[in-house]
Amino acid sequence: MSMKPYTSKLDLSTGNVDLSHGGGGRAMAQLIDELFIKHFDNDLLRQGNDQAMFTTKAGRLVISTDGHVISPLFFPGGDIGSLAVYGTVNDVAMSGAKPLYLAAGFILEEGLPLADLERIVISMATASHTTGTPIVTGDTKVVERGKGDGVFITTTGIGLVPERVNISSNRARPGYSILINGSIGDHGIAIMAGRENLQFGTSIVSDSAALNTLVEVMVAAAPADIYCLRDPTRGGLATTLNELAQQSGVGMLIDEASIPMKPEVKAACEILGLDPLYVANEGKLVCICSASATDRLLAIMRQHPLGQDAMKIGVVIEDKHRLVQMTTAFGGRRIVDWPVGEQLPRIC
Amino acid sequence: MKYISEFRRQDLAKLLAQTIAQTVDPKHHYRLMEFCGGHTHAIFRYGVQDLMPSNVEFIHGPGCPVCVLPIGRIDNAIQLVERHDVILCTYADLMRVPATGRTNLLKAKAAGGDIRMVYSTQDVLKIARDNPHRQVVFFAIGFETTTPASAVAIKVAQAEGLTNFSVFCNHVLTPSAMQAILDAPEPVAIDAFLGPSHVSSVIGSKPYETFADHYAKPIVIAGFEPLDVMQSALMLIRQINEGRHEVENEYSRAVTRDGNLKAQGLVNEVFERRPQFEWRGLGLIPNSALKLKAEYAAFDAERRFEMPAIQASEVKGCECPAILRGAKKPKDCKLLGTVCTPENPMGSCMVSSEGACAAYWSYGRLRENN
Repeated sequence: MSMKPYTSKLDLSTGNVDLSHGGGGRAMAQLIDELFIKHFDNDLLRQGNDQAMFTTKAGRLVISTDGHVISPLFFPGGDIGSLAVYGTVNDVAMSGAKPLYLAAGFILEEGLPLADLERIVISMATASHTTGTPIVTGDTKVVERGKGDGVFITTTGIGLVPERVNISSNRARPGYSILINGSIGDHGIAIMAGRENLQFGTSIVSDSAALNTLVEVMVAAAPADIYCLRDPTRGGLATTLNELAQQSGVGMLIDEASIPMKPEVKAACEILGLDPLYVANEGKLVCICSASATDRLLAIMRQHPLGQDAMKIGVVIEDKHRLVQMTTAFGGRRIVDWPVGEQLPRIC
Repeated sequence: MKYISEFRRQDLAKLLAQTIAQTVDPKHHYRLMEFCGGHTHAIFRYGVQDLMPSNVEFIHGPGCPVCVLPIGRIDNAIQLVERHDVILCTYADLMRVPATGRTNLLKAKAAGGDIRMVYSTQDVLKIARDNPHRQVVFFAIGFETTTPASAVAIKVAQAEGLTNFSVFCNHVLTPSAMQAILDAPEPVAIDAFLGPSHVSSVIGSKPYETFADHYAKPIVIAGFEPLDVMQSALMLIRQINEGRHEVENEYSRAVTRDGNLKAQGLVNEVFERRPQFEWRGLGLIPNSALKLKAEYAAFDAERRFEMPAIQASEVKGCECPAILRGAKKPKDCKLLGTVCTPENPMGSCMVSSEGACAAYWSYGRLRENN
């Protein structure tokens, strides 16, 4: 005789997260069963252990973890769920690795509508499926109303690095090329428009995307010629280039005119008084490669849907000050410095 | 992006640069003060100096509202939050300006003060409507550009009968600052001014005519785009070469001689001049700032709350006052880049991105001659 473990199904249309969903008892088990396992379903997760055990090929493993806190939870072009998957998949992929598995930790705020949580879980499940990285274990906690922002999600990913690939942020050297796979600023502006309820003439959607398949074709084409990879997320392109310059002990010279940017993003930045170089991205990567592999890599990137607008945007130079400089589209030159906290709008 | 990109065209910049190079007298050193922080920002951000001959020097002026606000007024605002438990609303880059004791509004917020960044006075009114049991104070700063919005907010609050909204008024007047620089006991060596553009879209170009005439200084009302700055510099160089000293208007797409009469009317209706006001770097300047008229006293935070006049001193060694007067350059300050950086500003010029030190440090610190 089969016993029904729960008296009634989880009310996903009108129910809310309450403290019992994090209490470790039946309500929590039901939430995990009827929401997380249902959508993330795979053999390892279904074993129901507090960890997942799996076999890997011998080789170099990478691990990365990332916390996701974003307001609003749903924005044009994505939501916190897909972002939590893509973010960690991308962090793993930026080592040149092929991501294998994800673990997810949820901190839910009391009162969160279960319908919103289900939307987020379905979005994560879809992202996990399309990136080929199953969510194999996880954790759920519930905090009291007012102590969270709806949902916080932490994801941890592991991946396997192919042979001959050696990518690290301290490997940029003078003479190498700096490439980017497409237009900058889309994500940050989409979020800001959603948060401040700003209406622009054209819709700007986040570029949120998993970059692992793009990285896969890039490292397959030039395994020994890619030295640095990084996704310019929070802090934008400027911060990423400063980090790489600092860690490699080099300078960088970029050319403003060659940096891809959508006209609507450029216009929104003008209106809001922001510098697009510092605006966040979620589907972009910066690649530093040898000069000789530049054209080959650009051609490979442009064949991929996420690299159609790939461009060489500058070169690594020698500089004891480790500065990022830019030739402006206007014809002058300026430093592109580290950002200071959040970008604040100017008064007039 | 039309109307923006056309003011940043490299081909036009090159043509202008050639014309300027042909126009300057090699024996003359041209010292042009850009009054507004917006100009300073544009000069550094687009690398305009690279396109100018070496004998054309930009001197950074006091036209950044964040930079000229004296420390004591920020101390007042922090005390307002701490002592009276008000909701304090302000425009963003004021949040980082150092107050006395190495604190600032951002730190006061982290310590529990209810301080909110707003984009417009309409946001403040909404906060006041949504919080009828709290006192909501707008920390109003800015030159003539932002004053009309404050006036509108006060009028709306009055019409709606909002009793929990008030304005801590720190609006200042551009012509007074220009006069203070020109009247300084040790006058700064300036040949001409790139005049304020957004300010002039409100007050017009007319208020500067007396300066041009009386002090024999050419003034060109200059837009904020890099081509505007170059074109205006060329117009000033021509005036200097020809011995003229007139007010010319390069920013004719937004500025008229008389300005925006409706905005001026609103400001005159709600505000009146203070007998004197302290400017950071420039000291006490008579008739240089605004306060609420008696009939709007109900919305005046200075009358509603106990707000003592606070005399605060600058950090030792900080050259912000001299830099704001154009008497020194950022690189003349010993604190620059050592203890004073955008992450840890000692003085106001390092706070706002319009501030001369922040622009110099962030965009051009390796350049030799600025």
